Amino acid sequence: METRLNNEYKILVCQSTGCESSKSDKITQALETQIKQLELSKNVQVKFTGCHGFCQQGPIVIVEPEGVFYTQVKEEDVPEILKSHIVDGKYVERLFYHNPVTGEAISLYKDVPFYSRQQRLILRNCGHINPEKIDDYLATGGYAALKKAIFEMQPTQIIEEISRSGLRGRGGAGFPTGKKWEEAYKAKEQPKYVVCNGDEGDPGAFMDRSVLEADPHSVLEGMAIAGYAIGTPNGYIYVRAEYPLAVKRLRMAIAQAKERKLLGSDIMGSAFSFDVEIMQGAGAFVCGEGSALMYSIEGKRGMPRVRPPRSVASGLWGKPTSLNNVKTYASVPLIINRGADWYRSIGTEGSKGTAVFALTGKIANSGLIEIPMGATLREVVFDIGGGVQESKNFKAVQTGGPSGGCLPESLLDLPIDFESLTQAGSMMGSGGMVVMDTDTCMVDLAQFFLKFCSNESCGKCVPCREGLPLMIDIMKKITQGEGEPDDINRLINLGETIKSGSLCGLGTTAPNPVLSSIRYFEDEWKAHVIDKICPALVCRALINFYILPDKCAGCGICLRACPVEAISGGKRMIHVIDQEKCIKCATCLEKCPTRFNAIVKVTGEHITVPKEPVPVGTEAK
Amino acid sequence: MATDLREQMREILAPFQGRQVVLIPALQAVQEKFGYLPEAAMEEIGRLAGLSANVVYGVASFYAQFRMTPIGKKHVAVCQGTACHVRGGARILEAIERAIGIKAGETSPDLQYSLETVACIGACALAPTLRINEDTHGKLTTNEVEQLFPKTAKQEEISNS
Repeated sequence: METRLNNEYKILVCQSTGCESSKSDKITQALETQIKQLELSKNVQVKFTGCHGFCQQGPIVIVEPEGVFYTQVKEEDVPEILKSHIVDGKYVERLFYHNPVTGEAISLYKDVPFYSRQQRLILRNCGHINPEKIDDYLATGGYAALKKAIFEMQPTQIIEEISRSGLRGRGGAGFPTGKKWEEAYKAKEQPKYVVCNGDEGDPGAFMDRSVLEADPHSVLEGMAIAGYAIGTPNGYIYVRAEYPLAVKRLRMAIAQAKERKLLGSDIMGSAFSFDVEIMQGAGAFVCGEGSALMYSIEGKRGMPRVRPPRSVASGLWGKPTSLNNVKTYASVPLIINRGADWYRSIGTEGSKGTAVFALTGKIANSGLIEIPMGATLREVVFDIGGGVQESKNFKAVQTGGPSGGCLPESLLDLPIDFESLTQAGSMMGSGGMVVMDTDTCMVDLAQFFLKFCSNESCGKCVPCREGLPLMIDIMKKITQGEGEPDDINRLINLGETIKSGSLCGLGTTAPNPVLSSIRYFEDEWKAHVIDKICPALVCRALINFYILPDKCAGCGICLRACPVEAISGGKRMIHVIDQEKCIKCATCLEKCPTRFNAIVKVTGEHITVPKEPVPVGTEAK
Repeated sequence: MATDLREQMREILAPFQGRQVVLIPALQAVQEKFGYLPEAAMEEIGRLAGLSANVVYGVASFYAQFRMTPIGKKHVAVCQGTACHVRGGARILEAIERAIGIKAGETSPDLQYSLETVACIGACALAPTLRINEDTHGKLTTNEVEQLFPKTAKQEEISNS
């Protein structure tokens, strides 16, 4: 701790999956080398952190004590940051964040609207501590809650506190955590298990990954408190195989916590022991479902089973098991430290606390956000998210992952909590929130979700296994312009049957995106089925590309780029697309120089063009 | 060779002896070493876990992670998750298929490339994304695909002819 006093500056570099793929590790290296060369080591400390959440602007570098926020930093920017900011005290303005709406440059982290409107509790340490150093976590008051729990509280008191806080499962279903712990506590059978579900399979979601990468100890501490409360030394954490960095940081965190006697046997000299073993998933979405996840740990095919019995009575290896999500465990130390009353003061009547969302899709500010329950979709999409990318128009927001629903503009003022989202035909889910603009086709998107769920169906229940492919067949017909008027009703009927005839969360919710999409975007569906057009210009069978004869300069760029040689032309000749050969990949549209803008994409419209290439300037008749 | 393979496997599997959670971590360990699960792995892991090779195969085939055939030197995983889908992930995949000449799910005969789709690598803010072995690439365009997968001289010849 003393060393910090001698240092004037601290440079924080984000090193999570998002920023690392933008080469942020190179920035850390460059900073370290150049700080040595400039002999600044006494005054400047470089620290890498976990996810700041604002991944789209990454790599992100924050210079403290001022809290100056630099975005999209490259290795080449390092000398300027050091020379200008650190040595001369002049901020590097060109790296400031620019408000996408007003264009205004914002210098300080705390003033960026993306952050200033959030309430970061679960993400409290993300981006502020080095996840690979337990001392960083301890310095923020880490493991104080575990100490308090073990030395000052009885298990029943802990369960009472969690119950009273109103904490509900952050994995999506929203089951009251205190109730689950109480049942697990009362179960007589031994051994019992505490399991953490980090099998974040929803496409478009990375909340759990970010927490595990940026603040692994908060999850471990929450698990240890759960272990003490229900009376078990056995913990498992199940992490997706696709998250290697999260696994690496968890491994380090467990080892460091054991070294300090914060995990392992006789924690902090008490009689309580608790150990956590990491289990890596093997790429099956359905394993996010509790019973399937436990089968997977046992080394079986991850197929959900009939309930009851619930897992608190018969879970892992048939023993009482308390299974909670990553974010649920990360919330626990806060509640123990600050009390149930404090936690209850945040959120709505039925949903207490905060919710973390991965805000992605066609949104200006993509990233990881946290809001109090009850905030509206509008606040999230427009105030924090900065609205739709490239000033296009908002169309829908999808919550709850592939089995959630798409909500239209008319529902933007809906307060976000477990109940309201379910009533609107979507769900809270684990926290994916994908924004669509008017270029997104709702029919195509519904088909995308349905294909995903069908692929991931474990095959146990017939309605899910056979019904989803039937729905996909109908949707294929619709997107190919062969839909029949009754197809929409057929989809609704099939969807309802699948929902009522499937066992687990996957089957009972898989038709949701289709059903909610039909409910809110019926006109778009009818356009596909009846008019055979795709208003968003996405469904390939319903769109065409044309080269406008009055704009084509005959440069030949599109001709060379076309992957299927569907374009004919020659030097200074108006080029022509062979509609039979065209696969509608849009490469020509992208390659056509903006000064010509000669290529258009249309639906249900025929544009007159010459049959054969003719010289530029010849009127196309 | 065959006995060599089994010996190597037994070496990898030794640490799992007597542990409670065995099957999937053992499959992962073997795949990490060989890049895929050779047939002998089913028997060796079965022996370790007290299961028949059939049961082991049944579990391995359930999970998308496990492969029963060798993998290419460059393992390309193209994200087709929601965020990547709405930002044009399907077209990125097509462009890669054209550039390296194999379809998703295939491995090139020279074992240079394996191409597969994944349903989210969790870097959604950078969509569309892909991963080549351990490296993640984001904010892709078809132009970048061309740079990441330069045409070989032979392909160039074919497309020019």
